This record gives sequence, C-alpha cells and structure tokens, in this order.
Amino acid sequence: MTPFAELLDRLSYLPGRNDKLRLIADYFATTPDSDRGWALAALTGTLDFKAAKPAMIRALIAARCDPVLFRWSYDYVGDLAETVSLMWPERPSANRAPELGEVVIRLQEAKRTEVPKLVEGWLDSLDANARWALLKLITGGLRIGVSARLAKTALAQFGGKDVSEIEELWHGLEAPYEDLFAWLEGKGPIPEIADSLTFRPLMLATPLEESELEKLDASAYLAEWKWDGIRVQLVARDGEARLFSRSGDDISRAFPDLLETIDFDAVLDGELLVARDGAIAPFNDLQQRLNRKTVDAKTQAAYPAHLRAYDILFLEGDDLRDMTLEQRRKILEKLLSEPRSRIDLSELLSFESLEDLTALRASARENSIEGLMLKRRDSVYLAGRPKGPWFKWKRDALTLDTVLMYAQRGHGKRSSFYSDYTFGAWRDGEDGAPELVPVGKAYFGFTDEELKQLDKWIRDHTVDRFGPVRAVSPGLVLEVAFDAVQRSKRHKSGLALRFPRIHRIRWDKPAAEADRVETLAAMMET
Amino acid sequence: MTAPHPESWLQVTKKGLYCKPGDFYVDPHSRVDRAVVTHGHADHARAGNAKVLATPETLAIMRSRYGADAGRILEPLGYGKSIKIKDVEVSLAPAGHVLGSAQAVLSWRGSRVVVSGDYKRRRDPTCAPFEPVPCDVFITEATFGLPVFRHPDDAGEIAKLLESMKLFPERSHVVGVYALGKAQRVICLLREAGYDRPIFIHGALQGLCDLYESLGVALGPLEAATAAEKVRLKGALVLAPPSALTAAWARRLSDPVSAMASGWMRVRARARQRGVELPLIISDHADWDELTRTLEDVAAPEVWVTHGSEEALVHYATQRGLRARPLHLVGRGEEEGQ
Repeated sequence: MTPFAELLDRLSYLPGRNDKLRLIADYFATTPDSDRGWALAALTGTLDFKAAKPAMIRALIAARCDPVLFRWSYDYVGDLAETVSLMWPERPSANRAPELGEVVIRLQEAKRTEVPKLVEGWLDSLDANARWALLKLITGGLRIGVSARLAKTALAQFGGKDVSEIEELWHGLEAPYEDLFAWLEGKGPIPEIADSLTFRPLMLATPLEESELEKLDASAYLAEWKWDGIRVQLVARDGEARLFSRSGDDISRAFPDLLETIDFDAVLDGELLVARDGAIAPFNDLQQRLNRKTVDAKTQAAYPAHLRAYDILFLEGDDLRDMTLEQRRKILEKLLSEPRSRIDLSELLSFESLEDLTALRASARENSIEGLMLKRRDSVYLAGRPKGPWFKWKRDALTLDTVLMYAQRGHGKRSSFYSDYTFGAWRDGEDGAPELVPVGKAYFGFTDEELKQLDKWIRDHTVDRFGPVRAVSPGLVLEVAFDAVQRSKRHKSGLALRFPRIHRIRWDKPAAEADRVETLAAMMET
Repeated sequence: MTAPHPESWLQVTKKGLYCKPGDFYVDPHSRVDRAVVTHGHADHARAGNAKVLATPETLAIMRSRYGADAGRILEPLGYGKSIKIKDVEVSLAPAGHVLGSAQAVLSWRGSRVVVSGDYKRRRDPTCAPFEPVPCDVFITEATFGLPVFRHPDDAGEIAKLLESMKLFPERSHVVGVYALGKAQRVICLLREAGYDRPIFIHGALQGLCDLYESLGVALGPLEAATAAEKVRLKGALVLAPPSALTAAWARRLSDPVSAMASGWMRVRARARQRGVELPLIISDHADWDELTRTLEDVAAPEVWVTHGSEEALVHYATQRGLRARPLHLVGRGEEEGQ
C-alpha cells in the first residue's frame, strides 16, 4: 500500500503533465504484479467498492476520537478522508501493513458487515499518508488530477507503445492486467480480447476556434447538428446488444427499451436522447434515465430512449474504421434505410460555404441542439481527440446579469475559500417590492485572483451563516453564461440553467440593475 | 503562607507578558526597559529593548540580526543557571525549538511558572533538547494544536526530497525554509542522510548559517545561490526563504521543483494554496502528540495556551482534569504563521 500511497501523494501535488507521466511510469517499472495492475485500475477509475461509504468512515472515527476535536479538525482540513487519516489514533497491533492487491481483493470478497472491521484494522497498521490513500481509494474519489487517459498514456510510455494500442485493448481487459503488463514488458504476447461485445475508443472532436474558421475549406467537411444528449456506443453482435457511455461504462441495463429493438450486427456511434414521436425532448428528460442501474416500465414509457446514429465502426465483424467518413456514412445509411422506432440517422445539413454554416449555427435555437459538428469527409475513425478532422462548434452561450446571494466553502484546494456561488434574479414580491430569487449555482469561470477577491467580498458582506454557507447582502453582480434555460422544480424561480459558469464579475454594476426572472424565462425555448 | 497564584503576579499587557514583582517582560511585543527573551525569532525577540536577558546563543542571533539595536545591555544566562531579578528567580531551560531557544522558568514566593516560548520534543541536530520543568502553571504554544497535526519522522521527509531529486535529475529543487533554525536543521538532516554536495543558499540565509557554524553547528559546503552560474544550479539543491519561491529571484533556477519545509505542509489544502509541489513536513514546533505529551511531562495543574489553536488544546487539557485557559498575546506565530 505504501508505494501506491506515495505515488498518489506526489501526483496530487505535481501539476505538470510530463512530471505526472514520469511518476506513473516509474511506479509501473518498480512495482510488481499485481499491485501495479490494481493501481492502474484505481487510476483509471475502474474499481468500485460498494460497502465503503463516508458514513462508515465517520462511524469509525467517532468510536475513536473526541467528537469536539474531530469537528474542529474536520472544519480546518475540509476533507473527511484526510482528516481521519491524519488524526486516526493507532492502536498498536500485530497487523502488518497490507499490500494494495490485498486491500482490493479482501474488500471485494468481504460481506458488507465485515467491511468496517477490515478497514479499522488497516487504519491501525498504515501510516497517515497510506491511510489517506486507502480512504480515497475505497470511497472512490482519488481526485489527484489524473485522468484515465493520462494513466494509459503513462502506461504506453512505460511499454514503448502508442496509447491508441492500449485504448483499443482496454475495454476487453480486466484488472489486475497481468497479461497487459507482460506484453508491455516484452514478456508475453499481445492480450487477446475474448469478448466481442466490448467498447471501442471513441473519436472526439475539438472545439472550433474563430481563428480556425476562416482557414476551413468548407467543401472538405460534412455538417450535422450537435445534439444535446449523451454520446454513446452501441455494440451489437450475435443477437446481443450493449450500450456504453463515452468513457466505456456499460449502461445497457438502464436502456432495455432501446436495446430490445436491435436486430443487426454492428458497432454504432451516436447520441442518446429521449424522443417522443420523433420529437427530441429537452436534456432534463434524458436525465430521468441516466445514472440508474435499472429502470421501471413507467419511466421507460414516460421517457422513451432513442439513438440518433452518426457513425459506424464495425459491420458484421468487419472493422470499418480505416474507411473514410463518407464511405462509413453510406454503409450506415444503408443499415438504417428502413424506418425504426428507436434509432434514426443524424441528418447531414446541406451547405455550400462558411457563411451558410455560420447562418446554420446561428439558427440553431432549439433546446435539443447545442451547435454544429463539422467532420472531414475523408476522416478515418481515430481513437482519442486528433486535432483537425472533427470540430464541434457550439452556439453562443446565453448570459444574464445576476446578483450573488449565497456562497459556500469549497473543498480540497479551495477548502478555505468561498467558491460555490448561488445567484438570483429580481422579480416582484408579494408586497410588490422587488425580491431576489435564486436561479442557479456556479463554481467555476473565474481566475484564482478573482476567487481571492470574491472570497474577500463575501467575508466583508456576510449577513448570515448556515454551516459552510454564507448569505451576503445583495451588492455584487455576476454575469453568468449558460447553454440553455429549462423548467425546474428545484429552484424557487421555476427555472434552471444548463451548464452555468461565471462569465464576468461586474464590480461596476449596481445590484438593482441586474436582470429579472422574466428576462430569463423568455430565453427558454420550445 | 500559601504560594500566590501566578495570575496575581503574571499578566498580559499591551506590551506583552509582564512579571509584576520582577518588573520585566517575557518576549515583549514592543520596547520595554527589561526583557527576558526565549529565542531569536522576530515575533519573540524584538529590537530596541533596554536590557535583554537570554541565552548566549539567542543574544548572538539578536546581535547578528539587529546589530546595536539588539539591546543596550545584553545579559547572557546559560541553561541551568539562575539569577534574581528583584524578588523573582529566573532560569532558562532548553526548549528544543532553534539554537539557543529556552523556556523561561520564573519562581516567586514558592510559585513557579514556565513560559515555554516555542518548543518541540523531537531530536534536532542543531539545538539542545527540550527539558520538562515541573511547575504550577505551564504556558504552552499551540501552533499545531489540532490532532490532525502529527509530524512524521523527519528522516522520511528528507528521503522524499532526495528521491524526487533522483526522479527529476535535470530540475533544481528549491526548498522554502525559515532563515533561523529551519534552514540549518534541514541542512544538517541532509548531511546526516549522506548528501555531501554543495547546497546553494539564498542570501537571506547566509548570515545565520555563518553564525550557526561559528557556534559549532557544522553545515558542510554551502554556496551562494545568487552568485552561482545558472548551469550549476541545474539539478542542484537550493534553500531560500519561503517568500523567495514565488519572487523573481526563483527565475534563475532551471524549471525548479518547489518544495517547502513546514509543519503546515501536513494539510494538503495549505500546501496546494501555496503552489508547493513537494511538501516536506518538517517543523520546529511541537505537534499535537508532543503538546499533549508535554502537558503530562511537566505535570502542571494549570495550563495557559497561546498562539495557535488554543481552544482545542484547552478543551483537551480540561477533559484531562487540568485547569486551562487561552492566553491572548499580540503578534505571535508570525514566523511560521503566514
């Protein structure tokens, strides 16, 4: 456990990508199987321990520590796993410190009721840093600034391979990846992927910058709408079908209504949406279907799942990814030539020039459309995010001048700063006087320097406190940007913003001149 | 006759902690006629007092920092010796904080108070170890007065630094250290770990390093970082005051890994807020376990707690059946505080 803990500790502080790569590759080179494989699983987020929840950790520390000292300590540190790992009063025992693999396997095999005892024993035998790593690991939030992609890139560096080779294999492999490491060290053959129903790495688009637009040769591209759903991959083979999220999570069980209609043998790339009689529902409706393990008949009927396909990677076992987009598109059109209840094609938009595209983008005002996708006609299907072949060109964000109402202390790096902001817009109160109602919450879009200024303003203008939240006097205008407005029961205003962020801090603008709720309501579309 | 309670003869005033029957102050915040100074950090040893009593080392540090302004009359008092100031007997016991650091032991009419100043309990190759002195009231610091502050073994932290230098051999490693105490302790720990290459130091550390050497603390080869050729700083180990890490001064270093040696590094958010890439948890202040152990060792029935998380230590002491209260002194904790 200790080498893994040291790795996490260093990774959590080193900001540079190349430094992180070197640390991880060095760890793979100096750590034996199966520990390094479990570490890889942890870094790529493929481990899940169901029985280890924060409530259990709170119960463990409550049994060992003075509650007052714990509360003060937690207030100071701002992170549960870190507080517990630092103040844990070890009881000397004969337990030796466990290896990472041992922790993973014993936790996976343990009954729910056995978990607290196991964890308590480990906390006694590890040092503070290893305790922190253990608690981060089992509660599933490493938060050390390492993406699955970065971990795989380090793995590729370690083995002298291209990261795409690893991505291609990845979803057919299982932790602790001993066959993968053997291959990377030149001690074994390339691992075979036994299961044909595996996820293949997606090709991702880069945002289109205004400066790149002028250089674009319009005739080389195909254009489609950018749909506001979630990107999925549909894998169908031998009468079985699975649906994967963009990160490769199997989400099949939540979408039986879509999967039971599949009668072909192919791998499709498309957007998962909720559609009723061909009309796309707002993202809010799709959200009713997401993050569920299973789904009841009522929800399926109320929010019917739909796939809008835009690419095909395999057909009847043949890999089409080396073909051009135009060729793949023809095959996809043929596959979906008969009308289907749950799948359709993402239509190609006709245009002649960049001006046409600009106009098309500006005309996209429906909620289900986020903007345009531009894809080179001759692009082969590449894993990852190659720059150039595919662009996403989002429509301009909407903005609103709002008034800061509440601020909440952040976590981690921001644990001493008020960094989560609830903002409101004006409306007429019952007595006719203007009142503020909350319309949204945002916690990014500002610089570190602005965060300091906001924090100071909040501390100077606090009128009330509730735990980590401060209410402030209405005096600071925040211009917020967002992608869309939707109806919501959560907010008093009845409206919710999609993807809100702080666009500008309007130190100059009097709060009374901020926008009204009616202005926001008018931005809501179909 | 029962001994007078220390509250009757030791008071917090605007100028600092005042001993009435002796008419002197301990670590006064502003200029006074007579001061007893526990150690050389600027938040305890201020310039411009008329008469200053301290250990010979602390007086040497004050002279090196303040020159003639260190005090009109400097009275050295070695560890274990005692003198009388008016009716009050004063002696100095080692505090283990930095070179020359002392606890002021004040006795008057059978009542004894120990003003411990800043202290730590673990081994430090640059200074004498803390000695517990039984007393009626123990005045303790609480810089790290929360149970989350438990400093690890310092040899492990030094190993972390050397490990990082091996992994990133082309980068220089710059360690933020306080000029008095921390710098020399980190150098000594590095030497103990077998690091014998020259260590480059910022100009602000030079004077005190020279002074430590002259007082018998061997530091090995040191070079001025500012005078060194850029190419020599590649892969080198550089020590500088924390403020220099983010100043233009640091630009002379090649792609430096920014490290910081401080007890505050124990808490991740504190380290990240300062942009530290390699936190080294090395402190000259007692951690929680050392604080609580010291309360046991001195066995005083009453504890006064200054600068830091007073309330947590007061709570702890009260739970243990001691009388405890916070003591609010002005201007303390600056040397490690910010």
